[in-house]
Amino acid sequence: MRAPASDLPIVLDNVRYAVRNVTILDGVSLTLSPGAPTVVIGPNGAGKTTLLHVAMGLIEPIGGRVIWGARAHSPPLRRAFVRQRPVMLRRSTAANIEYALATSTVARGEWPARVTQMLGLVGLDGFGARPARRLSGGEQQRLALARALARDPEVLFLDEPTASLDPAATKAIEDVIRSVVARNIKVVMSTHDLGEARRLAGEIVLMHRGRVVESSPAADFFNNPKTQEGRRFIAGELLV
Amino acid sequence: MSSDASALQLVLSADPALMAIVGLSLTVSLSAVGLAALIGLPIGAMVALLRFPGREATIVALNALMGLPPVVVGLAVYLLLSRSGPLGSWGLLFTPKAMVIAQAILVTPIIAALSRQTIEDLWVEYREELAALNVGPFRRVATLIWDARFSLLTALLAGFGRAAAEVGAIIVVGGNIEGFTRTMTTAIALETSKGDLPLAMGLGIVLIAIVIIVNALAWIARRAGERFAG
Repeated sequence: MRAPASDLPIVLDNVRYAVRNVTILDGVSLTLSPGAPTVVIGPNGAGKTTLLHVAMGLIEPIGGRVIWGARAHSPPLRRAFVRQRPVMLRRSTAANIEYALATSTVARGEWPARVTQMLGLVGLDGFGARPARRLSGGEQQRLALARALARDPEVLFLDEPTASLDPAATKAIEDVIRSVVARNIKVVMSTHDLGEARRLAGEIVLMHRGRVVESSPAADFFNNPKTQEGRRFIAGELLV
Repeated sequence: MSSDASALQLVLSADPALMAIVGLSLTVSLSAVGLAALIGLPIGAMVALLRFPGREATIVALNALMGLPPVVVGLAVYLLLSRSGPLGSWGLLFTPKAMVIAQAILVTPIIAALSRQTIEDLWVEYREELAALNVGPFRRVATLIWDARFSLLTALLAGFGRAAAEVGAIIVVGGNIEGFTRTMTTAIALETSKGDLPLAMGLGIVLIAIVIIVNALAWIARRAGERFAG
């Protein structure tokens, strides 16, 4: 069987998006290449979530274009998305993962092993029979990661995955993200937590008012930001 | 013996005539609810999920049809199934099947309208998640119906309540033929008019008991389901 074409690099070329005449993305150009995690940072309302939605293919830009691995149209078969507050389907933890597998190319015979593997990866061994909606917030976030990873994605988008979690749950999620990166899955995540960005990012994309104001390797960004917005954001000043 | 005591004796002795009427009533009403669910749930889901011209009018129409007058539905089904009607050759008039059809017509809008609201609420919650999982339209409908199953039980119960209590439509299309199309509600109407109050009251007791038992079972099923499925 022919291997599915790669979705990487994902190229956003002068992408614009607006809702009721309010500009959300204003001419964003960005290339998401294989490799270390890309972390999108910026204040609330900067357009981080919308950028992730566009790159995932969940919403269509009103201007510009998005290219996935040199293709203008690509169903999200090998892209996965985890939201800040993921929705758990009303079924067991294991059944939530099986549901995701049903939309993947994974053969049905491999599902039980894949479910066990994913539960282990996110530290939910033995949770398979529990109702997903009865899990704690951190456990639900880990299950959402397992559900996304079960589909064997090449790119994983994470929209502020630790925003509503306590430090212990945040650490658990960050550990999972590191193991995902170790599996050569491209991680693109948004956060407004600078500490998290320092811990995880290989590349930083700073957004402000719907624009990418700075995009550079994480070490360069934190040691020597090129823009005034970058310097102010690192200094903890309010970008409004 | 008083009417109350006679009615109770009929129920407790499992009077064969009474049991036959009860059996037919349950068969007709449950079949009608089953048929209406097959039609009404997908309609409710489609109206909840799809955006099309006239959608608002469709929702208003579904809500309005919940109040369909049973005798009018009975008359319409009668005209369809009568010998000179378009479906007269099917020979269904004055049979339990005709009663199922009439009750299904009454119950379908109830199930469609109530399920539309339930599924639409769940769709708002699930939309982005299912889009991210690349779930196709038919699977979306199936997922929403399945995940809303405990709430949809309420819609089915409302439909069953309507069917079980209904008399106007089935007396027109069923004819209230003893031993063939006589149900609890039509028998109560007939026996009351004849002055046979014990049988009428016995049937009334059974009818109310059945409605309570069905609702209690549904409640237990819902509670147990929620505990295991979340």
